Amino acid sequence: MPPIDAEILARLQFAFTVAFHILFPTLTIGLAGFLVFFEAKHLRTGQEIWLRLYKFWVKIFALTFGMGVVSGIVLSYQFGTNWAEWSRITGPVLGPLIGFEVLTAFFLEAGFLGVMLFGWDKVGPRLHFLATTLVAIGTAISAFWILSANSWMQTPQGATFVDGHYVVDDWLAVIFNPSFPWRFLHMTTASYLTTTVVIAGVSAYHLLADNNREIAKRSFSVAMWALMVLAPLQIFLGDQHGLNTLEHQPMKIAAMEGNWETQSHAPFHIFAIPDQKAQTNHLELSIPWGSSLILKHSPSGVVPGLSEVPVEDQPPVGIVFWSFRVMVGIGFLFLALGAWGVWARWRGQLTESKWLSRFAVLMSPAGFVATLAGWFVTEVGRQPWTVYGALRTADSISPTVTGASVATTLVLFLIVYGGLFGAYLYYLMKLIRRGPEALSVRETEEKPEAIRGARPGLVVPAE
Amino acid sequence: METLAIISGGIIGAAILMYVVLDGFDLGVGILFPFAPDEKARDTMINSVAPVWDGNETWLVLGGGGLLVFFPTAYSIALPAFYLPIMAMLFALIFRGVTFEFRHQAHTSAHLWNRSFFWGSLVAAFAQGVLLGALVQGVHVEGLRYAGGMFDWLSPFSILTGIGVVAGYGLLGATWVIYKTEGEIQDWARRAAIVLGGGTMIAMAAVSVMTPLMRPMIAERWFGGINLVYFAPVPLLTGALAVWLFYSILSKRELAPFLSAVGLFMLGFLGLAISLYPNIIPPSVPVWDVVAPRSSVIFALIGVAVVLPMVLIYTVYAYSVFHGKASAKGGYAHHEHE
Ligand code: HDD
Ligand code: HEM
Ligand code: HEM
Repeated sequence: MPPIDAEILARLQFAFTVAFHILFPTLTIGLAGFLVFFEAKHLRTGQEIWLRLYKFWVKIFALTFGMGVVSGIVLSYQFGTNWAEWSRITGPVLGPLIGFEVLTAFFLEAGFLGVMLFGWDKVGPRLHFLATTLVAIGTAISAFWILSANSWMQTPQGATFVDGHYVVDDWLAVIFNPSFPWRFLHMTTASYLTTTVVIAGVSAYHLLADNNREIAKRSFSVAMWALMVLAPLQIFLGDQHGLNTLEHQPMKIAAMEGNWETQSHAPFHIFAIPDQKAQTNHLELSIPWGSSLILKHSPSGVVPGLSEVPVEDQPPVGIVFWSFRVMVGIGFLFLALGAWGVWARWRGQLTESKWLSRFAVLMSPAGFVATLAGWFVTEVGRQPWTVYGALRTADSISPTVTGASVATTLVLFLIVYGGLFGAYLYYLMKLIRRGPEALSVRETEEKPEAIRGARPGLVVPAE
Repeated sequence: METLAIISGGIIGAAILMYVVLDGFDLGVGILFPFAPDEKARDTMINSVAPVWDGNETWLVLGGGGLLVFFPTAYSIALPAFYLPIMAMLFALIFRGVTFEFRHQAHTSAHLWNRSFFWGSLVAAFAQGVLLGALVQGVHVEGLRYAGGMFDWLSPFSILTGIGVVAGYGLLGATWVIYKTEGEIQDWARRAAIVLGGGTMIAMAAVSVMTPLMRPMIAERWFGGINLVYFAPVPLLTGALAVWLFYSILSKRELAPFLSAVGLFMLGFLGLAISLYPNIIPPSVPVWDVVAPRSSVIFALIGVAVVLPMVLIYTVYAYSVFHGKASAKGGYAHHEHE
């Protein structure tokens, strides 16, 4: 088999397994934070409603966490099976980062997950809260290290290439490489945002179905507050991230913008069909000067075009261009949902408005789509390099692994992950439909304040 | 650099040994699953490992990750060489890992997840045994790159070690169940432990005889000069522990059988280390040829020295929270809906 086959297949396989994996951390990172919030509220106020919310969402957390673990273990071995040369060359840099992730994050998450899920009557409430908090911290630490590793491949620094592999001169420069801070903020915010919209959607579903109304109202309200903050924040972070990319990976930006010639007064294309063969776009619908304004904050700003480099050094433009638009489009839809929530709350209609609830239900899976789209921009936009500007993807694969083996395992991954994802969704829907347990009669009747907001500013409008 | 290489090798070895013992017993519980007396026993068994299995499996990630940290070149030789058995192991671990949550949620399909738990555990254990055999028999390396084919790992010897590890994990699982249960399940686990203990002993003996026959260098290591005198305690202790294992099972001790099984694994591992030293990829790649650059090793060693003791402390804590006998209720019992 010619090596090109093995390369394409290895890329497809890695793209598929890593994209599958990231769906689950996206939810667990954010949900862990919400669980800490719910449990803290319960500890502070003693209200049963927070405990019910915790007990409902922790089941979804556990289901999702399990999927994250099994799909993650696959990745840590796939580096070596499919990308042996990459492992040998970049291992001295990326190995320790991943090693620190195992030591400081994975053990912490795994160690306290058991206490969090099964420890209710074995440890006191405070220790249990500590376990939840440590799991949440673990997920954030995990994101820290793996994103540092990924960012180093985008914007490498702090290491020199000697004797066929990298040798690190400065670990701080490696860890805090130029794109890492923005990627870390943008990705963790993406997780929280995605989770927020899921919580809003599930709560809205229960509001529409008119069951567990009191609990659903509370969680819908919490989620809409969070959305109001996170949606604009994410747009700001995305913009800053893009400016950082312009500085360090100009060809990626050119692909995102669908811009072929380096020019001033560059338009922003809302729609276009990039044609890499002809090095041009078809059917452009554009905002004049848009690109120059976004990237250089001036119409006469000069933005880079793809034709600066030979075709074989350009990333695949179509995927990058369209993924970027999907992500940004969803980002603005989230902003719209958040704004609608603010307006409805102001009018005292937050949990009454059927259309708002329907919109929230519709949006609930959108965060995952945006997150995947974002990763496609980042990773496909880095092509044809695995380490930007230094190590080509073609030189990263395992030379002895045959196309046939990669093809076989790829097909198996498609079947197995497809089946598992089906089972996951089935059990997830079952949990969502069953919903949180209703509050006990005593709680709802005798302590109305258990239902109305306890925190000033978190007041659920009177029924 | 030599000292650093040996320390690094020791850390990888320790991580793998931790993994083998810890995940060994919970994979063993899976291997025993279909033979359990009834569904209630299965609930109890799965509950006895539910709070700890994820932590146990994390040692596997540390083993693989550690190899990338300390010996990136060895990682880039071994993983392509063992591509197919590693993939088989990964698929098996997926099926097994999702069972904990799925079986818990399932109503009518619980038996499906029972099967997935069994096959996942069995195939993962077998694949790990095959990997062990394939490593001991040697890997074809040229210019510090893998130079063999996709099926070099497959041999009667690696199949034998595969079966041996299945029996060994089964033994660990059975003795764990003895420790964590009582009554009828415990009696059943005792019978299982005796059968699997016998199987493990036969497999260990067969491997010990075949290895030096197959690789003269290993024969030289054990029997050359006065080495036999130094290393004799390993087989002698193994024999003594085996006797203690059967005695403690028959005399209805609860913890001792598990500890002797763990001891057997440690001695087996020590024997392996003696045979392979100083090679990380036998027969011809010693640790110091493939150790990572100094800056990476030092950085990682600092991390290990600071963080690993904390990990061990809270791992012990997490186990202690769930001390005592497991029950069929709570945890991941599938018929239970709170
Ligand atoms: C932004 C966050 C993020 C990203 C980009 C990745 N992961 Fe991940 N990973 C997590 C966030 C996470 C997590 C939140 O820590 C998980 C999810 C659920 C869980 O159990 O932990 C996890 C689990 C997880 C596990 C199982 C840990 C265990 O045994 O408990 C492994 C081995 C990996 N991941 C490895 C990887 C690799 C090799 C990746 C890159 C290609 C990767 N992850 C991308
Ligand atoms: C978790 C979110 C991630 C997603 C969704 C993602 C997505 C992708 C995609 C789509 C590709 C294929 C690009 C192509 O071949 O055109 C890819 C390649 C790759 N990614 Fe990522 N990635 C993620 C994180 C990471 C991280 C954290 C690392 C390493 C530390 C990483 C390392 C790689 C490598 C080595 C390749 C293979 C070489 C290549 O094709 O570029 N990825 N990823
Ligand atoms: C509308 C405003 C947004 C802008 C301007 C924006 C901008 C960007 C840019 C420029 C990148 C590529 C960075 C690079 O690789 O160089 C990126 C990546 C990414 N985006 Fe966005 N984004 C926006 C909204 C969102 C939303 C709503 C989500 C998810 C909920 C999201 C999730 C991601 C993820 C997961 C990545 C890949 C990781 C990373 O490189 O940070 N983005 N974004």
